[in-house]
Amino acid sequence: MEKQTPGGRPYKVIGTRPIRHDGEDKVTGRAQSGADISFRDQLYGKVLRSPHPHARIVSIDASKALAMPGVEAVITGAELPQPHDRMFLSGEGGVENFRYVNDRVLASGKALFEGHPIAAVAAKDIWTAEEAVKAIEVTYEVLPAVTDVLKAMQPDAPLLHEEITTETLGEKKKESTNVCRHTQHKRGDVDQGFSAADVVIEREFTTSTVHQGYIEPHNATALYRSDGQITIWTSTQAPFWVRRDVAELLELPLSTIKVVPLEIGGGFGGKIAVYLEPLAVLLSKKTGKPVKLVMNRQEVFLATGPASSTATRIKIGVKKDGTITAAAAHLVYEAGAFPSNWAVMGSMCVLAPYKMETLLIDAFDVLTNTPKVMAYRAPSSPQAIFGVESVLDEIALELGMDPLELRMKNAVEEGDRRADGPKFPRIGLKETIQAAMDSEHYKSPAPSGPNQSRAVAVGFWFNAGLQSSATVGINMDGTASVVTGSVDIGGSRASMAMMAAEALGLKAEEVRPSVADTDAIGHTDVTGGSRTTFATGMAVYEACQDVLGQLKKRVATLWELPEEEIEFDGSAFQHADNGKDPMTVKELGAKLTATGGPVMGHSSVAPTGVGASFGVHIADVEVDPETGKVTVLRYTVVQDVGQAIHPSYVEGQMQGGAVQGIGWALNEEYVRNDEGKMMNPSFLDYRVPTMLDVPSIETILVEVPNPGHPYGVRGVGETPIVPPLGTLHNAIARAVGVRMRSLPMSPPKLSAALQAKGLEAIAAPTP
Amino acid sequence: MSTKRVVTATINGTDSTLIVDDRMSLLDALRDAAGLTGTKEGCLTGDCGACSVIMNGRLVDSCLVMAPEAEGAIIETVEGLAQGNDLHPLQKRFLEHAALQCGVCTPGFLVAAKDLLDRNPEPTDDEVRYWLAGNLCRCTGYDKILRAVHDAAADLRSSSR
Ligand code: FES
Ligand code: FES
Repeated sequence: MEKQTPGGRPYKVIGTRPIRHDGEDKVTGRAQSGADISFRDQLYGKVLRSPHPHARIVSIDASKALAMPGVEAVITGAELPQPHDRMFLSGEGGVENFRYVNDRVLASGKALFEGHPIAAVAAKDIWTAEEAVKAIEVTYEVLPAVTDVLKAMQPDAPLLHEEITTETLGEKKKESTNVCRHTQHKRGDVDQGFSAADVVIEREFTTSTVHQGYIEPHNATALYRSDGQITIWTSTQAPFWVRRDVAELLELPLSTIKVVPLEIGGGFGGKIAVYLEPLAVLLSKKTGKPVKLVMNRQEVFLATGPASSTATRIKIGVKKDGTITAAAAHLVYEAGAFPSNWAVMGSMCVLAPYKMETLLIDAFDVLTNTPKVMAYRAPSSPQAIFGVESVLDEIALELGMDPLELRMKNAVEEGDRRADGPKFPRIGLKETIQAAMDSEHYKSPAPSGPNQSRAVAVGFWFNAGLQSSATVGINMDGTASVVTGSVDIGGSRASMAMMAAEALGLKAEEVRPSVADTDAIGHTDVTGGSRTTFATGMAVYEACQDVLGQLKKRVATLWELPEEEIEFDGSAFQHADNGKDPMTVKELGAKLTATGGPVMGHSSVAPTGVGASFGVHIADVEVDPETGKVTVLRYTVVQDVGQAIHPSYVEGQMQGGAVQGIGWALNEEYVRNDEGKMMNPSFLDYRVPTMLDVPSIETILVEVPNPGHPYGVRGVGETPIVPPLGTLHNAIARAVGVRMRSLPMSPPKLSAALQAKGLEAIAAPTP
Repeated sequence: MSTKRVVTATINGTDSTLIVDDRMSLLDALRDAAGLTGTKEGCLTGDCGACSVIMNGRLVDSCLVMAPEAEGAIIETVEGLAQGNDLHPLQKRFLEHAALQCGVCTPGFLVAAKDLLDRNPEPTDDEVRYWLAGNLCRCTGYDKILRAVHDAAADLRSSSR
């Protein structure tokens, strides 16, 4: 498809690389995140957290803390309204129950994970708050904890929630269990499918709990005024969801709460849920002063949502020519301490990239005494697809087939169905695989030194639509302002301005983008699900159309011609056969007052034309057989990005996502002791990749425009975290002949596996 | 018990008098007492580099320095990089290369990179990677940062010629 605007014109702004509008503030240190603001009379809050992964709270005595000079308030779970059942849309489209949000924010009855908030204090300074937290006396009855998903499924496992029974296909079982949900997808007769296959391979995989690892810890400041009006300043991906959650938890109307989103230092899905915000509000209500809470790094690791650990079993059958005849996936996902639907998400992703006549997917969400799992970039897709891509790699070797050929042979295209039903619209998996095959990287000789190899894997993410609002105002000099409700976490102000500039025939620099608080713009859902450029971009586009419609009337007035005869050609308003000079938006600015006053466009959208995104990664690795250290020699990300609005930031998403995936594959994990306590809650011991650990990630942008968006946008941010798990796993297997099937493939684990295999075998690898 | 004291230091070329608590880190002193919130907090344990500042010519994690230790020190923070409205070449190149996404790591990278280029005007890839390995960025995957630093180094070399 030609790259062009809906009017069939080549892009002028889209695809260029202007300096981001908020950039200067971010390189000069002026940008303000939630941790950077303070008020003269502000109090500092601190949370008392459970040291036990599982314990009954017998009593809480805060009298000593309250008696300390400088301590102004203490709150406990008793302070929150009684939990009630109410379902809501959370994270990336899953449905959850507010009952458990309440319980997660402040424990009631039981502590269900290490770090579970038990109480919170507000004091005159942070040191007093810390002392006060220590002075609160809590009596716990320690209960046996379970942190491993497979153990948690056993009938004799410690139970987290007595009231929870398994829900299978919408039906509730009777017995209490930690398995909160069992999801199944079926197509055809999978047994028949496997008997029609020439090669069938079935393998088991595990992955560890990993954290989003954003550099900025969570923060929240709240002021509860005596008139009942509340303001919350916070670094969040979802200001409107913070407002909803706080309103729901405290049983208040939405109109009493204003959420002001400050700059946000990374989120990746982990800054969607409320943690500190309700506590800050309650503490402010008690004290009448603004209360600020900031987590430390340990609290971030212990008590905010990581991504699920998993145990999966993948079985794939193929014909000799590589055609997949059947696949079965058994997926077990850590939910953490409260019901989640991450296995459901995994079940929707696991086989999405491939066509097949028969399939069977069973997915289990399992409660464990660990923090509630939250979204992490393409949530649940990496763990699910990891196993599939590994089995396919073995199949390719078995068939003596090029691994990309094998994927190409089975790749889904427009009209194919995902396992859970929906049909794919125009997608670019085949184009992406082809681009990988044609890449200089893939065509270059694979590294052939000892313990070196090359491998590939595919990744998939749905991308989200949800709801967005935008306003576009034309200034009196014809420049424009764009206001949206989407928090800018990585350059979206620039892409919003660029799309508006494209629509209005302005330069990117002539449009000033901003992010509004919840009072100043219509409802806008989360910055997440790779939806901002797509959906909020659509709202911006529609608001621009609104503006253009109004401006056309002004031109008609000026030209004394019927509106229908005037057209906007992307640069200016024109009249086909009248001698009028074209009139640009820029020129119209000065004429607004004389022709009826200011012009402002609005739009709120809930778009459905979401475009899924696929990626193929290529990695060259070398394994040090003694230490088990893996060096990534070369790494390329190939991805269908729809239409890249600002290619630099698209590349940045691909590079950043790939590096997070590399960390997941090679190093990152929650290490827990026998009691279920996390042993490595610091950046020293939870190793995220540094600049020394990764090469410069190469990127190839494949642009298959999404027909569901006027500018062809599909989300790009999440897909790139999916393929690295399989890619590196396969590359290591091909380099040293050991299939780990367990993440992370950290030096100690890999060297142990190599030792077990015997050093002779390493010299002559047979994967 | 809390003890307050007065610390005088030269921050970004300006003589500053700060009232600090003995328990404060230099990071707290900069952010809370001096109001310079450009220096960020990521971990408070010296593991992320978001709080990097140059103190008496040495790159330090300001979260690991106690505020009273800053008495008499010369401190450079991200706020001191630009000369008025004239951005430092590193700042310009970071913007040009899109070497930031969320931007929370950016002040630390800029300060650490400035310290590197002050010492080594023409660093190799490896030298940049080693010097900046103490700064974590979770968003960018580092490639664009590396390129920005090299380009800024070239700018500085040509302007000092
Ligand atoms: S905050 Fe100082 S190194 Fe992380
Ligand atoms: S840009 Fe977000 S951590 Fe570096």
